[in-house]
Amino acid sequence: MGDQARQGLMTAFEVAAVLVENARTRTLLFKGRLENAQPGQFVMAWLPEIGEKPFSVASAIPLALTISDVGPVSHALNSLEAGDKVWIRGPFGQGYRLTGERHLLVGGGYGAAPLAFLAKAALQKGQQVSVCLGAKSEAELLMTRRLEGMGVLLRVATEDGSHGNMGLVTKIVEEAISEDQPDTLYACGPTGMLMALADLCRQRRLPCQLSFEGLMRCGVGLCGACELAEDLCVQLGLGGGWLACHDGPVAFLG
Amino acid sequence: MTELLRVNFLGIDFRNPLVLASGILGTSPSLMERAAREGAGGITSKSAGPVPRAGHANPVCLAWGNSVINAVGLTNPGCAEELPLLIETKKRLRALGVPLIASLFAGRAQEFGEVAKVIAQAEPDLIEVNISCPNVASDFGTPFSASAGTAAEVTRQVRAAVNLPISVKLAPNVPDIGRIAQAVAAEGADAITAINTVPAMLIDADAGKPVLKNKTGGLSGAAIKPVALRAVWEIAQMVEIPIIGTGGIASGLDAAEMIMAGASLVGVGSAVALEGAGAFARIAAELEEFMLARGYASPEAMRGLALPGNEAKNG
Repeated sequence: MGDQARQGLMTAFEVAAVLVENARTRTLLFKGRLENAQPGQFVMAWLPEIGEKPFSVASAIPLALTISDVGPVSHALNSLEAGDKVWIRGPFGQGYRLTGERHLLVGGGYGAAPLAFLAKAALQKGQQVSVCLGAKSEAELLMTRRLEGMGVLLRVATEDGSHGNMGLVTKIVEEAISEDQPDTLYACGPTGMLMALADLCRQRRLPCQLSFEGLMRCGVGLCGACELAEDLCVQLGLGGGWLACHDGPVAFLG
Repeated sequence: MTELLRVNFLGIDFRNPLVLASGILGTSPSLMERAAREGAGGITSKSAGPVPRAGHANPVCLAWGNSVINAVGLTNPGCAEELPLLIETKKRLRALGVPLIASLFAGRAQEFGEVAKVIAQAEPDLIEVNISCPNVASDFGTPFSASAGTAAEVTRQVRAAVNLPISVKLAPNVPDIGRIAQAVAAEGADAITAINTVPAMLIDADAGKPVLKNKTGGLSGAAIKPVALRAVWEIAQMVEIPIIGTGGIASGLDAAEMIMAGASLVGVGSAVALEGAGAFARIAAELEEFMLARGYASPEAMRGLALPGNEAKNG
């Protein structure tokens, strides 16, 4: 992205390798970097004549995107092989900001996608990283092996008990808060999980950074499609009219 | 903000001349309230149509440098569902002393009147009639803004349907925008909004394909400021009714220039997308600074300075 004139427009990136994460999730590793991308930021990924969708950045150097097959565009992206091209614009939005020295990262389902990138940034500073991952079942877990390999304190919960604790991720998060004494919690996942974590962090007086999913269309704060519902903004103490693409995706609380 | 920037537009009090342009963040009461709280003098809602529209698929918009291209495609919930949102928005904006301009569109001339009747129940301060969206030709054919005859016909329908003041939003890509403005004014339009985005497209050389899903879109931002200035300058020489000048306004000097071309209010759109709603307070402060430095007591005092015959006033 050296050419400033192209900032905001698409740049073609070639797929260097494809990693299988689980039955419907792959990570595309690209040739080339998106050096200015921060953990928690997103890019828009375009396949000509198919469409464009937002994805959180899974790695900046080299650029990587972790993509679950949930619709036509992500299906097409998941079918790519080394040598194929994806057109990328970004990075966009507000990413996570590492705060303090002990970090607790929480991922729900696909929300695990940006956490290895964030964990790596903290580990490079020699700081403590705990990670809690939750999913419906073992088959839907993401990034467990990669995070384990990085040397983080990993806790896992699945709703059916097929891996780790049985139940919701919030239960192991409570345990991690008590045992690991984090300075900040960082989370990405379904809105219900984020709202529960916001409550929990308020009770425990723990600052948190929550990455919200939005239906992003323009990606730049023009169309209003990714506005977080006003009742949720009120509950979180965010000002009304909070846009996931422009004000977020990461909301900073406490 | 002080009294210096205050504008009386058709008897409606605007605390400053900067109006959130249609299609930018005008989708919900909370977003419109936010734009007002961050300094907009007036708020235009996203155009509402007769029935719900999903709009186009992604990519719908790209922003680069100081310009934006979009083909969102008039995404809206339909005027019946839009009405309670406009009622709520009007309530919130009234509390802030910020007027609401409700934008509407339709596919047939008669439908414009029908949609206007629905929208009017929210008692917006002004109705803006969007006859110039460049991105929906696949559904609606050539925009009504393309000729004086069709523009006048839509104006007649809306005029007959509602008693509220109406402003008709014109397209720049016509041979004689002044004549179209005249035709619209003759049918009872109270104001003109000019301009809509300029038809344009992006092609990606690597892909060898158009970038927008709709292939073509509407260009806005810095690239079209000279186009907008010229259009407003032409219109101001042809009609007596006031103008909301829109297109590429991103600084206080841009706003001053648009007012000098003849605009009474100034639309701001792309700058809000590129910078956030904070753009309003910044542009207002810059405009105020310019006016104080040059001794203009109100926006009205510099309106139309660049028009032929006004040279004597200047300087």
